[in-house]
Amino acid sequence: MNPSLYLVKGILLLDNDGNRLLGKYYDSTFPTIKEQRAFEKILFTKTHKANGEIIMIDGLTIVYRSIVDLHFYVIGSTSENEIILVSVLNCFYDTISLILKRGVEKKALIDYMDTCTLALDEICDSGIILEIDPMSVMQRVSVRESDVALGEQTLFDVLKMAKDQIKSNFK
Amino acid sequence: MLGKKDSKKDDESGGSNPFKNLEKASVLQETRTFNETPINAKKCCLILTKILYMINQGEHLAPTEATQAFFAMTKLFQCKDVMLRRMLYLCIKEMANIANDVIIVTSSLTKDMTGKEDIYRGPAIRALCRITDNTMLQSIERYMKQAIVDKSRSVSSAALVSSLHLMKQGPEVVKRWVNEVSEAVNSDNVMVQYHALGLLYQIKKNDKLAITKLVSKFSKSSLRSPYAYCFLIRVAAHQLEEEKDGFDKTLFDFIESCLRHKSDMVIYEAASAIVSLKCTTSKELVSAVGVLQLLCSSPKPSLRYAAVKTLNKISITHPAAVTACNIDLENLITDQNRSIATLAITTLLKTGNESGVDRLMKQIASFMSEISDEFKIVVVDAIQSLCLKFPRKHNVMMSFLASMLREDGGFEYKKAIVNTIIAIIEENPEAKESGLSHLCEFIEDCDFLPLATRVLHLLGREGPRTTTPAKYIRYIYNRVILESAEVRAAAVSALAKFGASSDDLLPSILVLLNRSKLDEDDEVRDRATFFYDILSQNDKALSSAYILNTLNVSPVSLERALLQYNQSVTEKPFDIKVVPTIEVTESHKPSAETSLPKTVKPTDKPAASRQDLYSEQLSAIPEFAHLGPLFKSSAPVDLTEPETEYSVKCVKHTFTNYIVFQFDCLNTLNDQLLEKVVVKMDTADGYEIISYKTCPKLPYNTPGVAYTLVKIPEDPSQVVATFGCNLKFVVKDCDPNTGEPDNEEGYQDEYGLENVEVTVSDHVQKVLKPNFGASWEEVGAENELEDTYALSMPSLEEAIKNIIQFMGLQPCERTERPPEGKNTHVLLMAGIYRGGHDVLVRAKLAYNDGGVAMQLTIRSSDSIVPQVIAQAVG
Repeated sequence: MNPSLYLVKGILLLDNDGNRLLGKYYDSTFPTIKEQRAFEKILFTKTHKANGEIIMIDGLTIVYRSIVDLHFYVIGSTSENEIILVSVLNCFYDTISLILKRGVEKKALIDYMDTCTLALDEICDSGIILEIDPMSVMQRVSVRESDVALGEQTLFDVLKMAKDQIKSNFK
Repeated sequence: MLGKKDSKKDDESGGSNPFKNLEKASVLQETRTFNETPINAKKCCLILTKILYMINQGEHLAPTEATQAFFAMTKLFQCKDVMLRRMLYLCIKEMANIANDVIIVTSSLTKDMTGKEDIYRGPAIRALCRITDNTMLQSIERYMKQAIVDKSRSVSSAALVSSLHLMKQGPEVVKRWVNEVSEAVNSDNVMVQYHALGLLYQIKKNDKLAITKLVSKFSKSSLRSPYAYCFLIRVAAHQLEEEKDGFDKTLFDFIESCLRHKSDMVIYEAASAIVSLKCTTSKELVSAVGVLQLLCSSPKPSLRYAAVKTLNKISITHPAAVTACNIDLENLITDQNRSIATLAITTLLKTGNESGVDRLMKQIASFMSEISDEFKIVVVDAIQSLCLKFPRKHNVMMSFLASMLREDGGFEYKKAIVNTIIAIIEENPEAKESGLSHLCEFIEDCDFLPLATRVLHLLGREGPRTTTPAKYIRYIYNRVILESAEVRAAAVSALAKFGASSDDLLPSILVLLNRSKLDEDDEVRDRATFFYDILSQNDKALSSAYILNTLNVSPVSLERALLQYNQSVTEKPFDIKVVPTIEVTESHKPSAETSLPKTVKPTDKPAASRQDLYSEQLSAIPEFAHLGPLFKSSAPVDLTEPETEYSVKCVKHTFTNYIVFQFDCLNTLNDQLLEKVVVKMDTADGYEIISYKTCPKLPYNTPGVAYTLVKIPEDPSQVVATFGCNLKFVVKDCDPNTGEPDNEEGYQDEYGLENVEVTVSDHVQKVLKPNFGASWEEVGAENELEDTYALSMPSLEEAIKNIIQFMGLQPCERTERPPEGKNTHVLLMAGIYRGGHDVLVRAKLAYNDGGVAMQLTIRSSDSIVPQVIAQAVG
């Protein structure tokens, strides 16, 4: 096998029912959505209760971490260096935690879906590890607008907002 | 502002999830919002997120749908919102392969990639490279070169990684950037260095010398990035594997030096590389094993897993090297992570010695109850291989397995245990009695019907041959009283076998069977009546044919033959002899590499045998339709040396009166087209060549088949023959690229092949007789032939191997494996001769001083057959 930088076969984020919230497969291990779902189902049933950090299924090595109702997975081949996979997992987990700050849970993730999707894209590009440091990933993922202070919004926006407010009060 | 925040909070507490139940049509409808001015960034961003989420969930977009959405998206470049722009890049990447004309955003992306905002530049490069093709690449080449050496790490990384992706479609352009890439390897940033090194390797990988230089250069100047180190170790290891002549010490030394790196990641990578190298000796393993031993006690599960996984790998090739870690491995048996525990056990079982087995089994027993069935099966498999390794320890294992059988467990688990016990019984005669009694106990309280029937079948086969067969009858008869119909039927069959094998037990068996004649189930009643009547005849031949050695056909073949018979209009009764007998397969042995549970995908249907496939192929050819049923197909034999111009393999298909030679031909010359290919044969041994079937065309590298039909001589004693073979054909020179012939006129040519031999074994089909003695009596001494031979064989094993090969018969009752340390042995073999005659052979062998003396006795239902078989030895 030729040495290559394409190490990550997939990154997943599942919810408490095993549904995919966020994730991507980077090679053709599971070409169809049906196979992906079947794999995720097996993966979820075997890992959501166990606190093992690492498991081997279907000739794949999967490292995982969970918090509240979020389950993080990084998938690689069985010959892959597990420590590298764990470093990717930790970066993914820490970044999402930084983004969701107050409450790392499904509800918050849904609210910050755009930022989290961007973060995943900054961590891994088509199977190549792009960035491993959560702080760097955070820098590259822009801060969302609603968190920006009022002063930075244009006057037009503020006026429009006030108008909307008044309208709704009158209804 | 406050109000806005509040309303958002309300939404949240309401638990509304905008991504739940998204409908493709309505989401695509929403993309119309992109055309509004001014652009509502927040709203548009949400729509883009929805699209991404939808694609991520596996929703399939048709090209027209995607194109439409894509064009709407291009409007969003007018908006300056950071978040929106970033999401836009992501969507472009996702749609690059679905939508048409994606290149229209090239200029917008180029502008972003060369702009001032670092936050745009990296992602813009990655998006741009995704939509660009080779011709477009030229126009952005200048920017790419600049980006690779950009001082911003995100821009540089993005450019390097995108270049790696681009290498797949057009390496030439990327190769021109080698200077910039080399510069980037010296970056201070760990990821940039890693990406640059990966790209540099991809650019140079076909140049062995350059790669060796690359490794030695970077192994001296220390890299900052542990990821780059890991990659360099892989490159070095790959280089070592590739080198056929000589062993580059500097490369290996580099890998070994990495064992002392400060990062665990690099240390483990180096250790695992050393273990995987084929050229590694046990001496070189020592330092790697030492490192892995330390990792075994790491607090991180993934490190322990990595260590024990690699140790497990070593234990297959160099078990002795791992013994140093046995204590660490034993600590891991109780690891919380079951994958680690199981790997530890299987490793220990491979490295452990006989004296440690008892202790190990005790340890395993202590945690068996805590683990899932799946891992228990792994343990059971490991025990099986251990049993084969240390046959003397069967007592410990047997009682361990028995206690596992008594515990609760699912079907797969129980099946694995029963299979293991059966395998041990078959391998080790000493374990038979205890194994059978454990199984008897098991079926007393067994919820799984297939297992109960399987055990009953085994009892029927093995029970009568034990010292006290009577004690098993009670267990079997209990099933007749207590169980469901399937099990009762199996029990009745098992009882009949005891009756047929032992005269002492016969009267009691008849009494028991008589009771079952009143059973409420049809099958059980039928079986009981049938067996009762046969047994009460007290005729050995009858019992043998219908109870002990029953039908030996493959179910798939039988089904097919019956179907054909039903479709044809005929007065003739169905002839069971047309059905090919079942192929005797090697008993399954657990491979040494079973380490972790694999998901078993059950095959629904038993596959058709090789012979069935041949039979189908041949019957489709009109020339061979009248030959009757196919009796036997030989294994393919090469008639050419490897790596010659043409490759020809021969398969011999024996029919009752004919033989069809099938020649699988392959043309390995790409500038030739062969036509009218035929294999001419000639012989002096009485065989008559009837017809040839040519292979009309044999293009380069496409297999073709030619056949030759010969008639077997009328004289039944004349069976062996040698055929001279010549490959004849018309050659047409052709264009190697297109395969089109240069001119229509070809020329005749021929090519000498090796001779084809027809031997006795081509006329015989193997048949396994579970009870050889009964069949021996059944056939009787009428056509018996007895002779003695002196064979110059170095050992009994060698002699047995040769006899089986020459005669082509099936060894029965495990007589093909002589007991160790004995000089005499009796080999029993059985088969069917062409035309459906039973053949039984008993060879008494005695070894003394460099030779084997053999007394051969052959019995058959035909008078000529014994002579023919004897020819095989002479």
